Amino acid sequence: MPISKLVGARVKRREDPRLVCGLAHYVDDIDLPNTLHVAILRSPYAHARISSLETDAARQHPGVVAVVTGAEIKDQIGPLPTSGGNETLRVPKHYVLAVDKVCYVGDGVAAVVAEDRYAARDALDLIRVEYEPLPVVSDAEKALAPGSPVIHSEWPDNVAFRSEQKEGNLAKAFKAADKIVRLRLVHQRLAPIAIEPRGVLARYRAAEKGLTVWSSTQIPHMLKSHLSQMLKLPENEVRVIAPEVGGGFGSKLNVYAEEGLLGYLALRLNRPVKWIEGRRENIQATIHGRGQVGEVEVAVKKDGTILGLQYKVVADIGAYHQLFTPAIPPFTGLMLSGCYKIPAISIELTAAFTNKMSTDAYRGAGRPEATYVIERMVDRVARELGIDPVKVRKKNFPKPAEFPFKTVTGLAYDSGNYELALNKALKLVGYEKLRRDQKRLRSRGRYLGIGLSTYVEICAMGPKGMWEYGKVQVEPTGKVTVLSGASPHGQGQKTSFAQIVADELGIGLDDITVIHGDTAAVPKGIGTFGSRATAVGGIAVYQAAEKVKEKARAIAAHILEADPEDLVFSDGKFSVKGVPKKGITIQQIALEAHAAKKLPKKMAPGLAAESQFEPSNFTFPFGTHICVVEVDPKSGGIELKKYVAVDDCGKVINPLLVDGQIHGGIAQGLGQALYEEVVYDENGQLLTGSLMDYALPKAGDLPRLELARTETPTPVNPLGVKGVGEAGTIGSTPAVVNAVVDALFPFGVTHIDMPLKPEKIWRLCQAKEVASGEGRR
Amino acid sequence: MRPKKKVSIRINGVPYVHEVEPRLLLIHYLRDVVGLTGSHIGCETSICGACTVMLNGAAVKSCTVLTVQADGEEVLTIEGMAQGEELHPIQEGFWECHGLQCGYCTPGMILSAYQLLQRQPEPTEEEIRHAIDGNLCRCTGYQHIVDAVQYAAKKMRQKAVGNKQ
Repeated sequence: MPISKLVGARVKRREDPRLVCGLAHYVDDIDLPNTLHVAILRSPYAHARISSLETDAARQHPGVVAVVTGAEIKDQIGPLPTSGGNETLRVPKHYVLAVDKVCYVGDGVAAVVAEDRYAARDALDLIRVEYEPLPVVSDAEKALAPGSPVIHSEWPDNVAFRSEQKEGNLAKAFKAADKIVRLRLVHQRLAPIAIEPRGVLARYRAAEKGLTVWSSTQIPHMLKSHLSQMLKLPENEVRVIAPEVGGGFGSKLNVYAEEGLLGYLALRLNRPVKWIEGRRENIQATIHGRGQVGEVEVAVKKDGTILGLQYKVVADIGAYHQLFTPAIPPFTGLMLSGCYKIPAISIELTAAFTNKMSTDAYRGAGRPEATYVIERMVDRVARELGIDPVKVRKKNFPKPAEFPFKTVTGLAYDSGNYELALNKALKLVGYEKLRRDQKRLRSRGRYLGIGLSTYVEICAMGPKGMWEYGKVQVEPTGKVTVLSGASPHGQGQKTSFAQIVADELGIGLDDITVIHGDTAAVPKGIGTFGSRATAVGGIAVYQAAEKVKEKARAIAAHILEADPEDLVFSDGKFSVKGVPKKGITIQQIALEAHAAKKLPKKMAPGLAAESQFEPSNFTFPFGTHICVVEVDPKSGGIELKKYVAVDDCGKVINPLLVDGQIHGGIAQGLGQALYEEVVYDENGQLLTGSLMDYALPKAGDLPRLELARTETPTPVNPLGVKGVGEAGTIGSTPAVVNAVVDALFPFGVTHIDMPLKPEKIWRLCQAKEVASGEGRR
Repeated sequence: MRPKKKVSIRINGVPYVHEVEPRLLLIHYLRDVVGLTGSHIGCETSICGACTVMLNGAAVKSCTVLTVQADGEEVLTIEGMAQGEELHPIQEGFWECHGLQCGYCTPGMILSAYQLLQRQPEPTEEEIRHAIDGNLCRCTGYQHIVDAVQYAAKKMRQKAVGNKQ
């Protein structure tokens, strides 16, 4: 049977049968004999000294095997790691359990280990802790103000790090401007809320000197290295397995206290130990995203040309750094040019410690903030100058011939055609007609809003140290095993990687198995985050398949007694040019390679190859999202009437999966615009500690999304793929906010901070009604 | 130890008898005692719907049902949906339409869709969205899930017609 071309085809996922039947194994589904269960006592105070900690009653509770406190294990487990940052970075020691003081609500204080979950939780209630409350600072700007309580006494203030970047001549830009447009923007804290909370299962086998940790993680290989350091174990005695992982969105791109703690407990107790995070713990003690407040100023000419941009931003770090905390806010500065030519940009970033959970990577990780800043500002500029927002955008786009396009922030955008995507979206949504409808409806007291967002994002981390590993192994029977260091958790690379290899080797999808997420099976890897799995991991797999093909060609030439150059490869078979009958299949070659009797001299046996791919540059997906809303000023309610997204992620391997990524991304971006916000009060109490208080988008909240694509391949990698995991989240948020602000134009509204709750909108409309004397009163 | 209570529950057509703590949640019983780990726990407060199962023909969030409340009753979980190798049309729909990514919410989502299609074999998109409003999915944005349920509805109607003929 001829093999059809699979790359680019809507292939349904090979992951799904086990998942739709409930047969997949997430961490909590793994049942090892003799497993103990761990529960963690968490601080109810945002900032307090632990003056006494009484655990005897808990230890004596039936079923309890051990109780541990921070002070007892401080020297046994190294502090949590952090990466990134510059020379100003301050890293407070972050132990797996608080040692003498707690710094946020949810900070771990003690852990109970018991024979079952219920006993462990019961025993938590028997631990007596006396806290001596300390002054709390939960607002990042207040944390930087003189006289604020200082969270980490090693330093005189709450500055976690600073950075400054000034590119181009900003003073000149502001002097030459016809207008300076200013805006203060709040990027509220968000909770990633993977539907599977975190979970860890750890087992130590003394006889084999082996610690195995199953964790709901996006980065098994990095976790293995960090665990070996924290637990002072040789790295080759640690194995990490990411089994089925129920969503991550960046929240599982980390090394958490519980991962170190469970590893330690398994070693100490010599029995398997399991900890499964509850949802309340998840909102308290799994990283948050965003959390920036910025003042932005843009210098523009009358015709909408942007001359310069200045952004002064405070990033809310939380009480400690998690793994990539210091690396996230700088991404915002890096991407501030958006998809525009801006000759001068200045960024001043101050990161502040607060008595809250840490912020870190959440889907988009620094880029949604940049996109929100520039896309809100472009709309604001259009409004101030009385120009259509489409025109301002087109005016400032780099043209296709200008790629690779260098931004003043130091990036080289690989490839793009921003106007093409914008035009396609305008056509799809029926922009001109919508503007006419808007005008007509306004005269009848109905408020339609049209919001645009033309985004560009940065994907495929590397370059510089962020490679990925892939191996393709053709078994003696001709079946193919693919190993990848990427660690997908819903993205579907067991399917898309198989598509890549199937095309390259001319074999069927069903003959390919993709293995990932086990450090014992896959020798090395980085993991899945930053929309890198396909654009970096997929390329490693592709290169390994190419090498396999080249070796197969050499073997075929040897057996067929032909020159390798004279062989043609088609449908999984090498044959001699012009003699199609004289050929040998890749399966036959695999068998010969393993038998190793008819190989060219000095050729090693077997048919397998590996690759460690590091890209030469990032990739820069882009697109246009347009959101159409109708706002009811009487209730403040927002109706999402239409949503069009035209995305360009380079070459598409599986359109079905790409659509799924875009849909999910848009839902999360919409969630930020409309519903989601992690709220702490001034005492550092978490007010949104359950899914009753933290509002996720539900099925009935969302409109049917209309998707389309343009396809501008990247020159950065041989497949031309850019990555698509975060595009929807990055592109959507400003489109929604721009739409609502546009709808409220007649009320004189120029900005609303997210989430756009009906109450805020209602108040703004009321204020206007009262001010203009048009109110009901 | 607290006194245990004997329960008899038919799960996916198979009778089970166990002695359980009176406070044991149904989801923990299904997962930890019976070993059916297809139903998941996502919030423990009956908001996310990952633990949805059918109890006597009605979808319930099994994280807020006590095992003793299910004594003498019938439970259907995700593991009872396929007939051997043959997927239920809803499962097939989720596969065909890419109605899942990480798969964690999927079993609960499928059971809620099952209840909907029992009650309304020809649901509109709005009815589908309403029916799964108690099931949170963070991956898909729900659109492919709606497509999956529509696919299943069509398939089940065709099957029903086929059975009558």
